[in-house]
Amino acid sequence: MRKVAVIGVGLTKFGELWDVSFRRMMLEAGGRAIEDAGIDGGRIDAMYVGNMSAGQFIRQEHIASLIADHAGLIPVPCTRVEAACASGGLAFRQAVIAVASGIHDIVVAAGIEKMTDVLAEQATEALATAADQEWEAYVGATFPGVYALMARRHMYEFGTTEEQLARVAVKNHHNACFNPCAQYQTEITVEDVLNSSPVCSPLRLLDCSPITDGAACAILAPADLARKITDTQILVAGVGQASDTISLHDRQTLTGLPATTKAAEIAYKMAEVGVRDIDLAEVHDCFTISEIMAIEDLGFCKKGEGGKLTEQGETAIGGSIPVNTSGGLKGKGHPVGATGVAQVVEVVQQLRGEAGKRQVDGAEIGLTHNVGGSGGTVVVHVLRRGG
Amino acid sequence: MGVPRFWREIPNRYNLIGTRCGTCNKIFFPPRYICPSCRRTGKLEPYKLGGKGKIVSYTVTYVAPNGFEDQAPYVMAIIELDEGPKLTAQVTDCSPGQVRIGDRVEMVFRRMGQEGEDGPIYYGYKFRLA
Amino acid sequence: MEVGIVGYGVYIPLYRIKVEEIAKVWGADAERIKRGLFLEEKSVPGPDEDTATIAVEAARNAVKRAGINPQDIGAIYVGSESHPYAVKPTATIVAEAIEATPDLTAADYEFACKAGTAGIQTCMGMVGAGMIKYGMAIGADTAQGAPGDPLEYTASAGGGAVIVGKDGSQCLAAIEDTYSYTTDTPDFWRREMRPYPKHGGRFTGKPAYFKHVLSAAHGLLRKLQLAPQDFTYAVFHQPNGKFPLQAGKELGFTKEQIMSGLLTPKIGNTYSGASMIGLAAILDQAKPGDRILVVSFGSGAGSDAFSILVRDGIEAKRDAAPMVADYINLKINVDYATYTKFRQLLVR
Repeated sequence: MRKVAVIGVGLTKFGELWDVSFRRMMLEAGGRAIEDAGIDGGRIDAMYVGNMSAGQFIRQEHIASLIADHAGLIPVPCTRVEAACASGGLAFRQAVIAVASGIHDIVVAAGIEKMTDVLAEQATEALATAADQEWEAYVGATFPGVYALMARRHMYEFGTTEEQLARVAVKNHHNACFNPCAQYQTEITVEDVLNSSPVCSPLRLLDCSPITDGAACAILAPADLARKITDTQILVAGVGQASDTISLHDRQTLTGLPATTKAAEIAYKMAEVGVRDIDLAEVHDCFTISEIMAIEDLGFCKKGEGGKLTEQGETAIGGSIPVNTSGGLKGKGHPVGATGVAQVVEVVQQLRGEAGKRQVDGAEIGLTHNVGGSGGTVVVHVLRRGG
Repeated sequence: MGVPRFWREIPNRYNLIGTRCGTCNKIFFPPRYICPSCRRTGKLEPYKLGGKGKIVSYTVTYVAPNGFEDQAPYVMAIIELDEGPKLTAQVTDCSPGQVRIGDRVEMVFRRMGQEGEDGPIYYGYKFRLA
Repeated sequence: MEVGIVGYGVYIPLYRIKVEEIAKVWGADAERIKRGLFLEEKSVPGPDEDTATIAVEAARNAVKRAGINPQDIGAIYVGSESHPYAVKPTATIVAEAIEATPDLTAADYEFACKAGTAGIQTCMGMVGAGMIKYGMAIGADTAQGAPGDPLEYTASAGGGAVIVGKDGSQCLAAIEDTYSYTTDTPDFWRREMRPYPKHGGRFTGKPAYFKHVLSAAHGLLRKLQLAPQDFTYAVFHQPNGKFPLQAGKELGFTKEQIMSGLLTPKIGNTYSGASMIGLAAILDQAKPGDRILVVSFGSGAGSDAFSILVRDGIEAKRDAAPMVADYINLKINVDYATYTKFRQLLVR
């Protein structure tokens, strides 16, 4: 198995991109990644693109061909990967596998979602298809509702408070202010969150990540080739993926995602690192409770102490384990299919020391954590700055 | 949800018919057709659940999806049935502030949705506080 | 005919609206209406309830009380004037929900407020003829009263189910006989595709309700050679609280005989459910040997009268399912705004 490195990353602006189409977004992110890598597009051997639901959002399937066509990549193989909100993370993992196996050399891992071409309620309905249609959505459960069930139970078992949930949103909005690509560039307060309208109790509007358009792109190469192309080599040290029941109700626990723990265990082992070695993490904060559960499940604190860790500021930039320096899904935005790749983009920029005002000093090892649905799919990557 | 997709689950939705593995005796609802523990040695057969259980977690849904707007705010819960399996269901006939974790509930037969004004009406299980 | 009641069950929704709440909206005098209709409040179906869900809950209670295998039910008839579908039976939904399918016949009936008792008669005939072992008749409605119409104060929701079988030790009551009185009298109707019924105002009284209820009662008493004093209880269709008391009085029944089965003051007019829930309320408290007169009324118009003799079996079966009083006492009062939301009167 060959070692794999990231040689270029690119991101569109995240937000409500009324004037940019699906295909234009992909070209924009891809163009930036190629420019960042400093290679000729003609050297690309294959592409994996994560996308949850172009079928529902823009009534377009077969997007792999669409993208290959409009990116001028014909005839390289292009493959769409879908795992709801973890589509991007899985596309990245498929690209890593393709390079590591030796089948391809230069491979693009991309993610994209165009969500604002439909009304908000249609987008919400599309997102709910990540849940079990027959036994969750059909009976009236929404996507925020499923996470609200976890939040309620977490509060019940561990005394986690609404204020602690709110602090996740406050922190991530703060971080987003230093990220020019983020959807929001505004600070919010705990009171703002607690006074926002209820969506599914105990979750309020500002506990939820927004509806976002965006695309992200990362270009991978075998490490030995990467050394010739880039100055700062970013290695993909570990990749871990795990599955779980699609329905929340079928799990033993409601207060964490067992697939996160499993995927992290695999990724840590492959990267030969311990949780203490992680300098920063981009975690899947689709809701505030998601970040609290993620930092517990990844091992940054004990189960039940995620609220406290957040409250103490340990997950802020400058804390012991900065989480979601990019602003996370909450502040940067959550174009579902793009999110997993966008997390990689942030970690790469941090490890290269290119994160500007949100830079984590001396960051050498970073982690991404991308969740599909309510935890039916989780993928964790450990990235490391190479010598 | 199209007619055939709803229709084929009528026994499960009307009467909480799950499945039971004859090898390990584990009961599943929603029904499973392969026992995750016994796999090929599992013997799954229909099993009717009693419709009583308790609330494991709940949420009040204020922003309702299409087809549920007229019911908002409504309570969704994960309910652990007395036989063991857990399911997601609406708790009906209660005010949003009334439900607590641990409350006993029982199954009722209710209208779950409909396909617009002239499509089929879908019925099935909800729960109410016992 | 040697048939009897093997089980019975009712269902009344949780929600109520008081006369005052409705009167307030239309600037009407609530006290005068309450006196005039002899009614305090009416039941209101929840936003996820309809005639099918009410029928299923009542049917499940009836099966519980009967303690029979639902597979032995050979016929189900659901009487209502608010079937959720114009075409597609409510009865098949009930049959599936009580696991009586597929070896049975089923159909929906419509005869204004007496469609449920018409179902009882059909089941009596089929059981009596040996065609089926048990038959289930249900009367259930989520009654429609146009906003502002006097019907709005009374039109409510509820249902009753009766399982008919051969008379014998497993019966909780024998049905001694039945008699119907039917004419073409357009006192109340709802045209196809119209959401609310229309009625003839005072014409619904004397030539319609009273003529048919009294004639059916007289006919049955004559047939059985019985007099009002031979009955412990009497239940008449109850479009409001007043009509049944007046009908009973004209027939020679006392208020005491009628009050146990008079539920309209607390739950309104449940239409097809009304006389069946009234009968259930009496069975909830009757003793073996008590005789009950039941007279339904359906606009259009007709009345079915039954003489029911309570058997020893009642004692063992009564507590197997919730009683009418349980449903009446468990309630949440809603305001008119919530009522319009629940009844889907708000237009988006």
